[in-house]
Amino acid sequence: MSALTRGTLAIVRRELAGYFATPVAFVFIVIFLLLTGIFTFYVGGFFERGQADLKPFFMFHPWLYLLLMPAIAMRLWAEERKTGSIELLLTLPVRLWEVVLGKFLAAWCFTAIALALTFPVWITVSYLGRPDQGVILAGYLGSLLMAGGYLAICACLSATTGNQVIAFVLGVIVCLLFTVSGTPIVLDLITPWAPQALVATIASFSFLARFGAIVDGVIDLRDLVYFASLIAFWLYANAVVVELRKAN
Amino acid sequence: MAMIEIDRLVKRFGAYTAVSGVSFTVECGTVLGFLGPNGAGKSTTMKMITGFMAPSAGRIAVGGFDLAENPVEAKRRIGYLPEGAPAYAEMTPGAFLAFVADVRGLSGGDRRRKLERAIDLVDLGPVLEQPIDTLSKGFKRRVGLAQAILHDPEVLILDEPTDGLDPNQKHAVRTLIKEMAPSKAIIISTHILEEVEAVCTRSLIIARGRVLSEGVPRPGGAGWRFGALEAEPGRLDAVFRRITTGDSQNRERAA
Repeated sequence: MSALTRGTLAIVRRELAGYFATPVAFVFIVIFLLLTGIFTFYVGGFFERGQADLKPFFMFHPWLYLLLMPAIAMRLWAEERKTGSIELLLTLPVRLWEVVLGKFLAAWCFTAIALALTFPVWITVSYLGRPDQGVILAGYLGSLLMAGGYLAICACLSATTGNQVIAFVLGVIVCLLFTVSGTPIVLDLITPWAPQALVATIASFSFLARFGAIVDGVIDLRDLVYFASLIAFWLYANAVVVELRKAN
Repeated sequence: MAMIEIDRLVKRFGAYTAVSGVSFTVECGTVLGFLGPNGAGKSTTMKMITGFMAPSAGRIAVGGFDLAENPVEAKRRIGYLPEGAPAYAEMTPGAFLAFVADVRGLSGGDRRRKLERAIDLVDLGPVLEQPIDTLSKGFKRRVGLAQAILHDPEVLILDEPTDGLDPNQKHAVRTLIKEMAPSKAIIISTHILEEVEAVCTRSLIIARGRVLSEGVPRPGGAGWRFGALEAEPGRLDAVFRRITTGDSQNRERAA
């Protein structure tokens, strides 16, 4: 736990309090819960399937996160840059990586809170049948890990601009690329001309494929390592962007 | 030992050189005034001393710690009021100062005492629980000052600390700076010349990224001396104009 320094924890607390300082956090959570409910029960056909699992619940998470994670992360750096408070923050006696980590963890904690509040869905399925609880736990952990991937991407992009709207739009675009990279949408475009190795590499970035496997209960170490290294890479990029963009 | 040592500091932004070879030292007990036209490089120099921006060349040491080698130790010794006194708008001054205290690692009774002292020194009591974005400009500036002096630092860097304040507030801030001066090394930037006379014990006139002249109060206490130029009390502006505009004319002639 040596990575969680005093400075990082103080920043996590401040950022989390910042989310709840306005009604936006509650509105966000309500929207998240409403959408997961609608997707699970209406679009996903939870009851009609007659199966005691949460697949209809989890399968829409990548698409929800695609829009919701950029909304959570867009303010992390863009707001600091706009108000100039970044100058105050980065002249405190903390290292840049402690700040980058603190901001990311705050956004991730907020997402974890929203995700935890979907527990009625779990209660419903457990009441109606005897689901495989291990698969459900894997689904929740996989979903949280994937959310971390989206958040790390969006936090980094938030540091590139002082405008939250631009940060949001950039976030959605890049997240979309990572979401669909393994699907026919992208692969049909590149397969005719790209070398096999490149196609395989791009396909391997896909959040959908990796998350789908976890939701099916297949926890492959490679998928976990993929999300963890993706988060690490984007957080590193985040620090580099902050360092480079200080001058303007 | 000098609390702040600046050696041949340079900052380039692409082809533009904002600070070109600035050197000086500041001892404990000194209030050094940065005087200069807008865009002279005052704020950029301060951003480098406080560790926000890395210099393109040159060396900075604060309290004996080299800023490039040991940034965290150096930053511990600095209190900084950035230009415009930015803060987190949605927070209350109380929560904001508590956050700064946490990041600075204050705890227990020491934390409480220092928070109370800083709040008391800038008189923030009445607005402690109001969101910062609802406060007047004067209170916002005081929140920034409280944050800078919170940990009772040995070095204070204040970028235009009285900008936008009314005359009474200006007076209060200057009194505060003078009270703190004996135990600290302080740098303030300003383009209010009377402020230099009111609080500074030394001043540097900076323009186009260079130190053009260094001034000290005349012995006997009346007026200032910048090199060969002397200024009567209240007449610093004439000397300032001569130094900042005269040099450019000489350069044009030379070119």
